Amino acid sequence: MAVELENAGAVAGPLEVERKSFVRADAVFKVVLGFFAFLVIVLLVWLGIDLYLSSREAFANAGFWNFVKGTTWNPVSQVFGALPFIYGTLVTSFLALLIATPLGIGTAIFLAELAPNWLTRLLQPLVELLAGIPSVIYGLWGIFVLSPLMANVVEPFLQNNFGYLPFFKGYALGIGFLTASLILAIMIVPFIISVSTEVLRTVPVPLKEGMYALGATRWETLKKIALPFARSGILGSIVLALARALGETMAVTMVIGNTPKITESLFQPGYTMAAVIANEFTEATYTSYLSALIAIAFILLLITLIVNAIARWLIWRTTRSL
Amino acid sequence: MADDKVVVGKTVLVGSGFSYWRRKISSGFFTALFSSSILVVLLPLILIVGYLFYKGAASVNINFLLHRPAPVGEPGGGMANAIIGSAYVVGIAALIGIPIGLFGGIFLGEFPHAKFSNVVRFVADVLNGTPSIVMGVFAYTVVVLPMKSFSVLAGGFALGIMMIPTVLRTTDEILQTVPNSIREASLALGVPYWRTVLSVILRSAKSGIITGILLAGARVLGETAPLLFTSFNNAFFSYSLTQPISTLPVQIFNYAISPYRDWHRQAWAGALILVLAILIVNLGMRTFSRQKYEHSA
Repeated sequence: MAVELENAGAVAGPLEVERKSFVRADAVFKVVLGFFAFLVIVLLVWLGIDLYLSSREAFANAGFWNFVKGTTWNPVSQVFGALPFIYGTLVTSFLALLIATPLGIGTAIFLAELAPNWLTRLLQPLVELLAGIPSVIYGLWGIFVLSPLMANVVEPFLQNNFGYLPFFKGYALGIGFLTASLILAIMIVPFIISVSTEVLRTVPVPLKEGMYALGATRWETLKKIALPFARSGILGSIVLALARALGETMAVTMVIGNTPKITESLFQPGYTMAAVIANEFTEATYTSYLSALIAIAFILLLITLIVNAIARWLIWRTTRSL
Repeated sequence: MADDKVVVGKTVLVGSGFSYWRRKISSGFFTALFSSSILVVLLPLILIVGYLFYKGAASVNINFLLHRPAPVGEPGGGMANAIIGSAYVVGIAALIGIPIGLFGGIFLGEFPHAKFSNVVRFVADVLNGTPSIVMGVFAYTVVVLPMKSFSVLAGGFALGIMMIPTVLRTTDEILQTVPNSIREASLALGVPYWRTVLSVILRSAKSGIITGILLAGARVLGETAPLLFTSFNNAFFSYSLTQPISTLPVQIFNYAISPYRDWHRQAWAGALILVLAILIVNLGMRTFSRQKYEHSA
């Protein structure tokens, strides 16, 4: 690193004056940097206040709880209830989590504990690639590949074998809760994998070595040392993935069918909070309509803030020691 | 049997009551289970990327890369304006996201244990997990409504604030790996602290910081949701900051949900171009981060 000569010369000058200006310049520098860091906090607070103020009209018209509980969404008659969207968001997210969690943890264990180094180095970028593919491309694939596959193969199969369950009743459309959940699961699995792998790597090697030295098998070491040690971090990765799923927009919009209905059948089309904002925002022709959509964004923000905060807390609890 | 259990002192540690072979078999079973899950995870990746190249490669042609969209019903046309538009919006986003992320990140990296730093880190992580569509709504109320028009600026604002947490956190982490001896050497030569940070520490952390910026850029390049009602769409070539503009992800979305076969074909072509662009940025990132490791070794 090159330290310029002018500075070296400056040191040789009248030291006391130099030192004072240094101290002042450094203090200013630190304040400027701190200001930029502070902007991040400002941004989040601003975001929350801004969305709240913009959604006040919708909450004032219906009342907060009635807005949340309302099951009718009819912009023509100016009735706005957000429940079908909240329902759709929760159902697809939890179903996606149900599919993605075992796969994600299994893969993380494989990458962190079982695979030889060269294989991990080969596979990890692929998993990252899965996380890097834009949402809209998952949606594109969902419309033209997954959705026909669901309509023609997967959903008839489920219907024939498990048709007595209420989840699998109704006409197999290929678009709806199930397809959306599947796409979501594919999209959030990389988050579970990357965070869980990282957390599993923080398990102290001597603990594992001690276990092996006592004659424990691989699975016993995992079950009794690695997994308990990493438990809270792995849980954090799942909650983090949940936050992603809750806010995921494009892919879900493209395959869920966009119908504001609450049905227990997973084959039926539904709607999510993010999807209704994406679809109807530019069509909102009067202010209370726009305000209702911003109110949904505000609720979505609140939910994801809480879920994210929980996730970060869980992950920090495990990796804090680093 | 002797290998029934492992006993240390009076504590039975593992496998009490199980025979050696049962333990071996259950271990093998779980190993196989975990190993197979990676295959299930990679299967959709192979399907998606494979199908993307299969459909996209057949649809990309010189017209697609050089022309703007043809009117409805007319075949042909392309996404040239959307490709330029994406670069434009991401460029504006970088102007907003990089300074805040970089300087904020320097603060965190230089004062990593301050309580304030931990709060900022937490907020940045939470902000990182905020749905992109919410960022779009935010940009709409803050930029589009006052300006009374969809614009490049609004799209850039939405993507810019999404870049901040990534740039901030990578800068933070990279600066913490810069050895203290470098810092001290510079200070001992009488270089003021601010010069030390700007010309010594930043220089040695350069490749890591660039990696973070590229990562943030690659992530927002594929974002669709925040652009739907900020930069909106435009069928023409447009370079005005205050006018709506066409971007690749939004164009792919609009074409994908359209009823026209030719537009579907172009959606695949656009998707291929978008993924290739993201892959190229990622490859660039990898070369940079490799340099980083060589540097620290």
